[in-house]
Order: sequence, then structure tokens, then C-alpha cells
Amino acid sequence: MRRTRAAAAAVTVALLAAATACGGGSADSGGGSNTAPGELTYWASNQGPDIAADQAALGPELKKFEQRTGIKVKLEVVPWSDLLNRILAATASGQGPDVLNIGNTWSSSLQATGALLPWDAGNFEAIGGKDRFVESAIGSAGAAGKDPAAVPLYSMSYALYYNKKMFHEAGIEKPPATWDEMVTTGRKLSKDGKWALGAEGSNLSNNIHQAFVLSRQHGAEFFDAAGKPSFDTPANVEAVKQYVDLMAKDKIIAPGNAEYDKNQSLQDFAGGKTAMVLWQSAASSFTAHGMKEGDWGVAPVPVPAGGTPGTGRNTNSMVAGINLAVFKNTDNIDGALKFVKFMTGDEEQKILNKTYGSIPPVKAAQSDPAFAAEDLTVLRDTLATSAAPLPQVPEESQFETTVGTAIKELFADAAAGRPVTTESVKAKLTKAQQQMPN
Amino acid sequence: MTSAPTAMPSDTGPDAGADAQAGAGAAPRPPRAAVRVRRTGRMRPTGRLRRTALPYLLLLPALLLELFIHLVPMVMGILMSFRELTQFFIRDWSRAPWTGLRNYELAVDVNRPVGEALLGSFLTTCLFTLLSVGLCWLLGTAAAVFTQESFRGRGFLRALFLVPYALPVYAAVITWVFMFQRDNGLVNHVLHDQLGLGGAEHTFWLIGDNSFWALLTVSVWKGWPFAFLVVTAALQNIPGDLYEAAALDGAGVWQQIRRITLPSLGAVNQVLVLVLFLWTFNDFNTPFVLFGKAAPEAADLISVHIYQSSFVTWNFGTGSAMSVLLLLFLLLVTAGYLLVTTRGRRHDDAC
Repeated sequence: MRRTRAAAAAVTVALLAAATACGGGSADSGGGSNTAPGELTYWASNQGPDIAADQAALGPELKKFEQRTGIKVKLEVVPWSDLLNRILAATASGQGPDVLNIGNTWSSSLQATGALLPWDAGNFEAIGGKDRFVESAIGSAGAAGKDPAAVPLYSMSYALYYNKKMFHEAGIEKPPATWDEMVTTGRKLSKDGKWALGAEGSNLSNNIHQAFVLSRQHGAEFFDAAGKPSFDTPANVEAVKQYVDLMAKDKIIAPGNAEYDKNQSLQDFAGGKTAMVLWQSAASSFTAHGMKEGDWGVAPVPVPAGGTPGTGRNTNSMVAGINLAVFKNTDNIDGALKFVKFMTGDEEQKILNKTYGSIPPVKAAQSDPAFAAEDLTVLRDTLATSAAPLPQVPEESQFETTVGTAIKELFADAAAGRPVTTESVKAKLTKAQQQMPN
Repeated sequence: MTSAPTAMPSDTGPDAGADAQAGAGAAPRPPRAAVRVRRTGRMRPTGRLRRTALPYLLLLPALLLELFIHLVPMVMGILMSFRELTQFFIRDWSRAPWTGLRNYELAVDVNRPVGEALLGSFLTTCLFTLLSVGLCWLLGTAAAVFTQESFRGRGFLRALFLVPYALPVYAAVITWVFMFQRDNGLVNHVLHDQLGLGGAEHTFWLIGDNSFWALLTVSVWKGWPFAFLVVTAALQNIPGDLYEAAALDGAGVWQQIRRITLPSLGAVNQVLVLVLFLWTFNDFNTPFVLFGKAAPEAADLISVHIYQSSFVTWNFGTGSAMSVLLLLFLLLVTAGYLLVTTRGRRHDDAC
């Protein structure tokens, strides 16, 4: 109770700060000022196994930056679960960091608040130009037709990870390339308390990522051309049903996965309980759970029968990744630009992306041999040829919650043995759509 | 037990009377204070001013805090509830378009999904609160009565009972999350594997309909020690002679509890139940840590529901309207409750 009170008080203070900030009201012009040139505050998202690992990874790099520019960077690593709320609070109060990480799928939602520095030609010029970045990564940095709200920092994509030993024992020679093969292969693997595929049924974001790809493969979109939600179109219903049916009908996902939301499916994979997972940049997690490199193989995420990964109906991943944004009201705009330039420089891109097992969104850094390993080649090719950014609309964040929750509830039905039908899927998606603002 | 002095009603105590008279300036005081009074008497105007202003001055910090912590945000919340406050305007909410009662219409229209979900969540919360408060009270009172008698290890047992109350909420509830996990959790291990209840198939506790019972379990586990604490304190105030007299008249243990203990707890119980009700109805931490930001429908408590409506779907205007409605409901219930219970007490006094 006391914590609730304290939280209430904190919110109150934040609201008050917001009120006074609004009262002041003139810090609304294009970019920040340079009244505190010697210091920057940086909120890094939690990328590594834990916060201490991130501090250890980023610390030396920030020191390097300080030695070169004389600008001291105060680092705070923010856990994923808190990040969006923290950003919203900072936006409302105007008391945010100077530079921060955002999940790239939030770009348009956060762009709509008007709190982030727009990356116009001039700002891009200051960090070496827009052309240095991979196009799909820039595409996930803000709404189409507007200056991006952030700059890509780490890129990731989905791949199919499979356990070589379990495949070998079941006499399966190659990973499934289509969904039909996934089901037939999966049935062979799902026996004796072991399961073919892992899922994170209670993880809203993961649900969205999978549903988005399947929706594309059914030729559908979750937002129509005018940017209005179209969650419950027949094709989307089919796509969501196909995903939940992997548990409900095909029975190749363990019912217990319906309550997973803390990467338990990766643990099951590493422990030899499930044979496959669809995941983004999972290698470091597997080694952390005791697997050795070579124990697992990496293949592209399955596509519809007869297709090979590509664009349109053969899209097999969302463009995943982390972007770097600058708060518009920073009091060190020059320093912030220098910092973004440093973090997206060829050299730092290689160091940081190697550390995190991600792909550099900077073209020049991709050629480094470290990114030519089997895992990363699949991820890189996916990003280059068959990944699409999630809908870049201001309501993206709400979409993740409402549709992600609908899929969570459908998985709960499937796990409890209740039927998952076209009607029940449509009803959930219709409800999700009606919960969207306006 | 030296319970007699504390049992004396404080408003008739000697201290209270002295204070009141000191305020009027003519009280019999200890010599030193009297000297001081005479001295200040020489510069009367400032002295009097100081004496009349001082209480207000001492109250001022509390008043200011009350203003800033409760009143201002409340007024801001009410103002926000009349606006269309989405992500486009959170940076300067005063610019958000005025929408009149639209947010309220959205919240109460049970034929549309937002209102329907809110009503569902409200009813769930009512049932949940009723059960949780009832069980907390029952367990707390039973444990307090049980530990009233002196026996070996009583102190230890009392301390043990208070553990859930002393633990940080987050750590405690996270532990419950682990215990409720379907495949590796302790709850299913005990229920299914060891006791053989509910068949061989493990039960889901954190998703689906059973989540309600999981939430109730954690809520009662967390809430009853407070009831225990309050009732234990209240029991100390019941004079021992009452029990002795009753025992002499041949009353058994159960009769003593019914005729002496429970009636004597009346006033304390009124406050206890009200506080438990408000805490449980508004509890955010327990469901949020247990289920994350998307609670299963069966355990969708209203505080998390409103949080989701405002902070997760970024519809702060509608969220504010829901909060105002909730506040009105709680005020009404509290006022009604106090009216009923204080009338009862006046009746008692008259007897």
C-alpha cells in the first residue's frame, strides 16, 4: 500500500512538473539549446542479459566518447518493461534525458507526441548522411513522408532456430521452409513430453510480431491505406487463427507456452524440451543458457507453400531493432548530435552490434567478417530482402496492446482446450479494434 | 497486562482538558510556563499574534502538501477527463481538444466495448473485494483471538503472521508468480502431484478463469496480517475483568468471544473493514505484478483496467473519466458506510 501511495505521489509530482513546464511553455522551437555543453544524459534500453552487462558493455565506449569530445555521458540502462512508461513520463514532464533508445516499432507513436527531434536533412548531415543507413531500418524510424523521429542503432530480424540433435534423432534432415512443412515436421517432433515449436503466448509484442508476418503472408494489413485499423478482415482472422492453431489444432506448441512471457521458450529450447523457436538474435541467450555454438541451426522463418522468402506475401520477419532518438528540448543539441554520430559511426557500429549479436543498420559496418557467421547471415539476408517494418502509424503502440492481448486470450482458450474458431478469432479482433481510440 | 490506562477514552483524559484551557490562556500551568506567559505579556501584540498564528503556521506544511499531493492533481484529473488527451497532446495537455462529456459517455456506454469492458472489470472488482475483505477480516480476527492467550512461542507466531505485511510487495508477488506457474510451479506440484487433486492435467493459474482465484489467494495472503495487527491491538483494550466475570458466570470460550470480544471490537472493525475495502478495491500492485499489463479477463481489476486504458492505449482522457467515476463510487460507498456505522454507534451510546 505504501508503495502505491509513493507511486501516486511520484505521479503527482510528475504531473505538477508537467503543469509548470507547460506554464513555461516557450521551449517548443525546433531543436534544443546549448546551455549545458559539457554533459549528456543517455537512456539505453536493456539489450544484454541484464543491466550490469549493458553498463559493462557501454561504459568503455562512453569513456572513449568523453576522451574525444570532452562531453561526459551519464548512462542509465532502462529495463524494457519500464522504457515506454519512462519515455511517456519524460515527454509529459519535459524532464527527460538528452539522448535515448526507443524500440523501433514505437517510432511513429512517439513521433506523434512531438517530443523527439526530427531528423531532417541538416541533422542527418551532421551524422554523415541518411544514405549510410539500410533503407528498411530508416523505414522503421517514423511515419512515411515525415522526417524520421530517430536514427537506427541496432537491427534485428526473426529467424527459425532449430535444435540439430533433436532433428537428427527424429530423422529430419532440413528445417521446414514452409508452414505445411512446419506442421508435418512438427508432428514428428511433438511426442514423449517434447514439443516442436516454442511460443510466448502472454508476450504481447511477440504475438504481434508473429501475427504481423502471417498477416502479410495472407496478403493483409492491420491498418488500411488511410491508416485506419482493419484488424478483423477475413485475411487477418485467418492469419491469427493459423498462429494460434499451431497450439490449438496442429498441437505442435506445448499448451504451457500460453502463459510464457519472460523468454521461457528460449530456456525450453536450450534445455532440449522444444525443437524450434521463431526468435530474433537469440544466439547469445542460448549460450547464456548453456548451449554450445553448433548445437543449433538457423534458417529463415517459414513462408506459404511454394514460396521463397521475399517481399509481399513472402515477407517472413518484421524489421526489429533499436533506434536512437534525441529529445527536442535538450540543453546540449550539438553534443547530442555528436553522440549520435559517434554511436552510428562505422567503428562503434561494429563494436556494439558484435556485443549484442545484432546487425549494424549502417551499410559500411555490415561488411565486417564478424557479421558473416551462419546466424547473422540469415538475419542479414532477411533484413535485406524479406523483412517489413510494422505499421508506422501513431496508434502502433495501442495496436500492440489490443491485438497482442486478443492473441493472448486466444492462446489461453487453446491451452484450456476450448475451441478456437474463425468466429472466436474474429470476435476478439473486432473487440480489439473497437478499443482503439476514435 | 496493563491495559487499564489506555482503555480510558482520551477525550476525557486530563491532558486533553489542560491543552484546551491552555489555549484560552487561563490554565493552571507548571511554574516555568507561567513565568514565560508573564514575560510575553509585556509585548502583548506580537505575542498574541504569534500565539494565534503558530497553530496555523504549524499546519501550513501539511495543508500545502495536501493541496499539491491531493487537490491539485484531482482537479487536473477532472479537467483532463473532459479532453481528448492522446499521444498527440501529452507534451502539453492544455492544448488537447475539449470534448465535453464524450469520455464519460464512452466509459458508461455498456453497449460498446470500452463501457462493456469497464462494467465487467467493475463487477469483477466488486466480487473480488467482497471476498478478499471478508476472508482477510475472518483470518485476521481468528488469528488475533487465537494468539491472545499466552503460550510458548506466541511472540514468534505473531511475528511470523506479520511477514507478508512486511515484505516488499514486488518481491512477494513475483514469488507467487513462480509458484503459480503451470509446469514448474509449487502450487500445481502440491495440488496435482502430491495431493492428486484436480486430475493429472496441470491447471493454469496465471491465464484463463482460474486467475481470479490466484489473485484472491495472493490478495488475502497480503491483506490479512493487517487485520490481524489491528484486531490484536484492539483486543489489548478489552479489560480482563470482563472475561473473568463472564467465566465466573459460567460462560464458555465461544460465548466469551460472541458476547465480549466481538462487540468490543465494533468500532475498530468499522475502520478496519473500510480501510481494507479501499485498499483492496484500488489495489494495483498485486494484479499488475501477477499478470503484467494485460490481465486475464477473469482477473481484470479496475485499477489495472484504468491504467491500461490510459497508459497502455494512450487514451488519457478516457482513463481520467474512468478514474473520476471510480472516485465518485468510492466516495459514495464510504459516505454510505460511515453514515450507517456511525448511526449504529450513536445507538450504542444511547443504550
